[in-house]
Amino acid sequence: MDLKDIKQIVELMDEHGLSQFKLEQDDTKLELQKGGDLDIEAIRSLIASQAPVAGPAPAQLAAPFAGPGADASGVAPDGGLPAGVVEIPSPMVGTFYSAPAPDADSFVSVGARVQADTIVCIVEAMKVMNQISADVSGEIVEVLVENGTAVQYGEPLFRVKTA
Amino acid sequence: MFKNILVANRGEIALRVIRAAKELGVRTTAIYSEADVDSMHVHLADDAICIGPGPSSESYLRMETILSAAEIANVDAIHPGYGFLSENPRFAELCESCRVKFIGPSSEVIAMMGDKNQARATAVKYGVPVTPGSEGIVETEKEALEVASQIGFPVMVKASAGGGGRGMRPAFNQAAFVSAFHAARAEAEACFGTPDVYIEKLVENPHHVEFQVAADAHGGVVQLGERDCSMQRRNQKIIEETPSPLLTDDLRARMAEASESLVRNIGYENCGTIEYLVDDDGNFYFMEMNTRIQVEHPITEEVRGCDLIKEQIRIAAGKRLSEHVLESEPRGHSIECRINAEDPYNNFAPSPGRIDLFYAPGGRGVRVDTHVYSGYTVPPHYDSMIAKLIVTGANREIAIARMIRSLNEFVIRGIKTTIPFQASILKHNAFRSGDYNIGWVEKFLADQPPPPELPEFELEDGL
Repeated sequence: MDLKDIKQIVELMDEHGLSQFKLEQDDTKLELQKGGDLDIEAIRSLIASQAPVAGPAPAQLAAPFAGPGADASGVAPDGGLPAGVVEIPSPMVGTFYSAPAPDADSFVSVGARVQADTIVCIVEAMKVMNQISADVSGEIVEVLVENGTAVQYGEPLFRVKTA
Repeated sequence: MFKNILVANRGEIALRVIRAAKELGVRTTAIYSEADVDSMHVHLADDAICIGPGPSSESYLRMETILSAAEIANVDAIHPGYGFLSENPRFAELCESCRVKFIGPSSEVIAMMGDKNQARATAVKYGVPVTPGSEGIVETEKEALEVASQIGFPVMVKASAGGGGRGMRPAFNQAAFVSAFHAARAEAEACFGTPDVYIEKLVENPHHVEFQVAADAHGGVVQLGERDCSMQRRNQKIIEETPSPLLTDDLRARMAEASESLVRNIGYENCGTIEYLVDDDGNFYFMEMNTRIQVEHPITEEVRGCDLIKEQIRIAAGKRLSEHVLESEPRGHSIECRINAEDPYNNFAPSPGRIDLFYAPGGRGVRVDTHVYSGYTVPPHYDSMIAKLIVTGANREIAIARMIRSLNEFVIRGIKTTIPFQASILKHNAFRSGDYNIGWVEKFLADQPPPPELPEFELEDGL
């Protein structure tokens, strides 16, 4: 058995969706294992599909939450940001407001240049309007949250091109 | 009944509360730190909100953050679990002012029973025995000697401004007392800035026996029996059992009566636990009251046939105590082992890390309360308890055999756990005869070589 054979076995495993392979032949023993991590997402979606959600529908919530699978750590679900682009995460739990007052202009919009101390939005928590600063300098390339929606700790609010 | 409960906790108790709420048809909102993103409680709740980074001080202990999460999730109640903010009167008060029901007693009652001195005074007021002690500060040697002789030796001289086990001196007889008195005063002055001391009876070889109580908002009060929690290592409980092998029927009845009447007298609401010290002569002394659900509540549930978390939610929602709870009689014997992610062969050093294989024991009378699973990584930021193994049997011998069997079957591979340590205690004659007290574990550790490791339970692939 050489590397070419092993590569072929791995490709066959991929093709047929196998995760484990064991072979004992003469004095060769080969064991291949894919992944091995129990998929907590699989458990969750299996349980969710087995039983409906208890209580009233989510319509009463201000906005559905991103959920742990998506943005808790501030990394986009597709796994990465373009080079030179960073996200501004929410430092607190509350309601996102893009402007200082309901009828005022937004603090920033796409294309705006920001410095570390530029106020980019308000997150209101317990009736306290917290001004959030950018903490990076660059240009706003995307506003990720709608005005008036609920945000959790670490949820990405803006994308900024720093380069 | 509530529409949506926010669970202000993590780990196994958060999962416990979510399960109870689901059975009541109530929606659940979990909160979690970044370190807990993969915890089972986050995945089983209906909604989950990230509230901060790993360290508890920046997440689970942040009152305003938690209330902010409660606000945006539009919940109508918060269950605080145990630890964290569960006995914080300020947090309960904040919930009250935000019109979110705190599942527990009122902030006033929490404050009253949380202050050790005030709780002790309250116990005295309502005729619950407390450790005999001086009435306040003792100034002179002459006065101190009088008080000590009155209380009866051995006594403890304690700094009034003390804490952390400092500024305390035991004295076993009159001859040793005088030097103990002066030494305690000197240490008190040095550590806390004032030499003020008071005197308390030293309970020798004490047993920790606590009573579960519950009360609703309609005058319904019930005591649900005792739990013996004397198996402790460094003041941390590791094994609990009910009924207590120590109590006679008479002592149990007296303690039950004292517990129930204290709850009635202070107008307590929801579930709580009254902790006592019991000496070898059958005297019991009020120690403190915990105004929350306890870690070891499952053994009471198994023996009484009740769900205490559901009762907590129901009481908070204004319902009366369930009939089956009010009328329950104890049946059988239940033991709990707290499984910690610690290395018992390395001075119980914490052992966080990835569990690559988790297999829980099962069968008749075996219950495992845990938030971990195969592939889960135990984070380093929190309490090391990762599972509770609760077994129940018709009598104590059966329960012990069942616990040993279950511990032997329990596989948690990838980290160190206290499983072999608890197995060796369960097999020890002292435990089997019920002859142990709060000091027993330390003595056991000092006297014995490390117990042999149990053989690894080899499982077939694909299990």
